[in-house]
Formats: sequence, C-alpha cells, structure tokens
Amino acid sequence: MAKRRNIYGSFPVGTGYDLARMLKGGVIMDVVTPAQAVIAEKAGACAVMALERVPSDIRSQGGVARMSDPKLIKAIQRAVSIPVMAKIRIGHTAEARILEALEIDFIDESEVLTPADPFAHVNKRLFRIPFVCGAVNLGEALRRINEGAAMIRTKGEAGTGNVIEAVRHLKLIRKEIASLKEMSSAQLGKWAENERVPIEIAGMVKKDQRLPVVTFVAGGVATPADAALLMELGAEGVFVGSGIFKSADPRRTAKALVQATVHYRDAKKLAEISTGLPQPMAGLEIGTLETRMQGRGW
Amino acid sequence: MTVGVLAFHGDFAEHLEVLRNLKVKCIEVLSLDDLKKVSHLIIPGGESTVIGKFLESTGVGAAIKKRVNKRSLAIYGTCAGAILLARTVKGKNPPKSLKLMNITIERNAYGSQMQSFQADIGVKGLAKPLPATFIRAPIILDHGSAEILAEYGGHPVLVREGRILAGTFHPEVRGQEQIHRIFLTM
Repeated sequence: MAKRRNIYGSFPVGTGYDLARMLKGGVIMDVVTPAQAVIAEKAGACAVMALERVPSDIRSQGGVARMSDPKLIKAIQRAVSIPVMAKIRIGHTAEARILEALEIDFIDESEVLTPADPFAHVNKRLFRIPFVCGAVNLGEALRRINEGAAMIRTKGEAGTGNVIEAVRHLKLIRKEIASLKEMSSAQLGKWAENERVPIEIAGMVKKDQRLPVVTFVAGGVATPADAALLMELGAEGVFVGSGIFKSADPRRTAKALVQATVHYRDAKKLAEISTGLPQPMAGLEIGTLETRMQGRGW
Repeated sequence: MTVGVLAFHGDFAEHLEVLRNLKVKCIEVLSLDDLKKVSHLIIPGGESTVIGKFLESTGVGAAIKKRVNKRSLAIYGTCAGAILLARTVKGKNPPKSLKLMNITIERNAYGSQMQSFQADIGVKGLAKPLPATFIRAPIILDHGSAEILAEYGGHPVLVREGRILAGTFHPEVRGQEQIHRIFLTM
C-alpha cells in the first residue's frame, strides 16, 4: 500500500483504504450469532463485527477475551453479504494471520479484547487485509496509521453505553489536529518525536487538517442521538457494540441508529427517529469502572 | 447543469471532489427537494443494501424512477450504484434495486476484500488505459442491449444504456475525472 499524493490530500493509496471509504456514513454493528448478523444487515448496517461476547458481557463476565472461534466467524460470513470484520488482541499477529486466512474483510486490533503483546502492536503492513485500530488521541492514531492501519476509530469506553469517552477522544483528536496548524516546523518535529510518529505523517496531518485515513467513532454509543452527536462532531461513521443487542428491541434500535447516522443534520427526522424507542442498554458511570479498556494499547 | 451525488452512505465525498475539480456545480442529494435541483445524479460506492433502504425510506428512489421515465435525469452508478440500477441482482441477500437498466449483475462476485484489486482497463473514447480500482466489486453477467464501454477479465465493467451509465470500479477514489467527463456529456 504505497503512499502517493492525490487530490484528496495525503490519503495513502490501496484497496484497504478504499474499502474504508465505502463504509463512510454507515453503522458497523457487533454481532455474536449469524441470526444477529442478519438482523444487523436488514436494519441497514454497512458491516458487522463478528465476536463471541459484546463488550458489556466481557466487562461483566471478566476473564481473558480472545479472538472468536473461526466456526462462528465463518457462519456469520455465510449469513450476510455486507463486509465482515472480526477482532484480534492487541499485538496478536497469529490471530491476525488466522483471520486473514478466513478472508474476512477487515481486522479490528482491539482494546476490547485482552492485549497479547506488552511491547508492540501488530505490524499491519505485513497483511493484505486492512486493519482498523482504536485511538484516544492524535499521537496514538498516527502511530497506528504508521503501522499500517487503514482506518481509525475512537476507543471511547466500550460496553458502558456512556458516550462521554468517545466524545472526548474525537474532540481531542480534532483539537490536536488544529493545534498542529500553529506549529513551526521545529515545533512539529519535536511533537512528532515525542509522539514517536514520523515527521512526514505529522506534516500531512498539519497540511490536510484531518487524519490521513477514514475515521469512525466507537465506544459507548447507545442511542440515535449519540450517533448524531458524534457525526455532528466530524465522525465519518459509527461502530455500535453492546448498544444494539443489549437494548430491549435490537431490530428497532439498529434501524434507528442507522437512520440517525445518515440524517444527523435533520433535527426533525432525529426527533421522529428518537420517539418511543425501546429501552436502550443500561449505562455505566465511567468513574465506577474496574477496567478501563481505553487504557489498553499505547 | 447541476450534478447531485446521492449522499446517504458510501464514498459520495470522493465523487463530489471529482466534480469540484471539474468545476461543475454539485450538491449532496438526501431528499426529494435536493433531487429536484439536479439534472445528473451519481449513485456512489458503498453497501447497496444500505443505500437501497434509504432510497426507499425517503421516497427518493421512486422519484428517481419517475424522472428517468420522463427522460429528465441522467444517472451514473459506481459499484453499489451499478447494482442499484440493475434490473436483476444476483448473489446473497440482494437489495431492492431501482431496475432502471436492463442488465444482470452479481454482488461481491470476485469474493471478499482479499479479492479487491487494481487493473488497467481500456475505455472506449479514452486514449490511454485507465488504472481502475475494484472493491468487493460486482460483475455484470448480462449487459442486455447496453453498450459496453470497458471490459475486464471477460466481463463488461462500464456499460451505457440511454442516459444511464453503470461501472463496477471506482474512478473517484483516485480522483480520476475521465469517466465523470463522459457522464457529463450524457
């Protein structure tokens, strides 16, 4: 995936980056069974994330969370026609190879699973399949992009139904991008060095005033209004984990989230979409959490 | 001339960028009111199942069909857009298409993302081969009476029928203007 400048600023070139562009404006939904995958597709999901437990269950049940059984992933691939993603543990290159062999469409190197490598994330450039990675700030996003991530999502705080951390990460990334504009080249060099990011990538972001890959939000999205809020803040699409299948009526919740993500600028439509919805998932206060998944990875 | 890009989902921003570079007046189309303002419409790449749902829920799909019947709208569909134009869609869980072109198309016909690829294609009317990007692309199995403007691997990849153009690849992701230029003359 060689880099080449084109009219879209400094977007790197390659089919993985292109698939990410096709997902824009869409909702990617966590599913744990083929039946849930079908519900997601019918509701208008642009992709599904195949996993064994949604983040809120990982949170409540504890234990080490790992890549899903290929049997489940294959069954979900057979059930739907939209792209299928699946998660690996941070740094777990063998899990990544297994998912590549299954020919899924995207790998999420995810903090929701228990990290496998205390030193390094996966070298994503070695794979033909594209990766999405989480980030809480600009430096982390650019380190992942430098490793080959074709898409970035905020980490938020998965499995909480509480949107504050996703808002924090998206706003922080945008604020840091804006702050690069004011830096001299010496300051930019220092910033890049501190963040362990190549100066070329920092320079691209300074010039384009955006990340050089498609940027979604994830972590704590529970209601259509949450999705609309994040789209308004500049997200290019939304991941919803526990928010759908932990709600009282997954079909309606899924449909409402898809509608709100597209019609986020239309307040009348949002009011319609939000009216009389089933109970969303129960939320958690961030201060009460035993495990902060967003702190995993670096 | 105003060109609309259907902006529910997918790579509509990339199409708008190409149109801006061509100095053409262009708008996002999300509603019936938006559709009224355009003479040309691009249906972008993305998931055809998703775009199809919004065409239905907003009524924009039915309005597009009416405009085409009155011959007051030209359309260019890329990838998912081409699928939504086809009379017959094969493959798993097909979307509800607009059936505006007498072609048969199969979704994700090459396979998953691992089979996405780039290849040079010869396009009728263009002097040089065009490097084309195919992302989880469909295959046009039967082009009916549509004119073939480009082929790859024994299948048509760009076809035209009247004022409707359908391509299975994405010139917009590389900022290529050639196919858009052809569309703007339609």
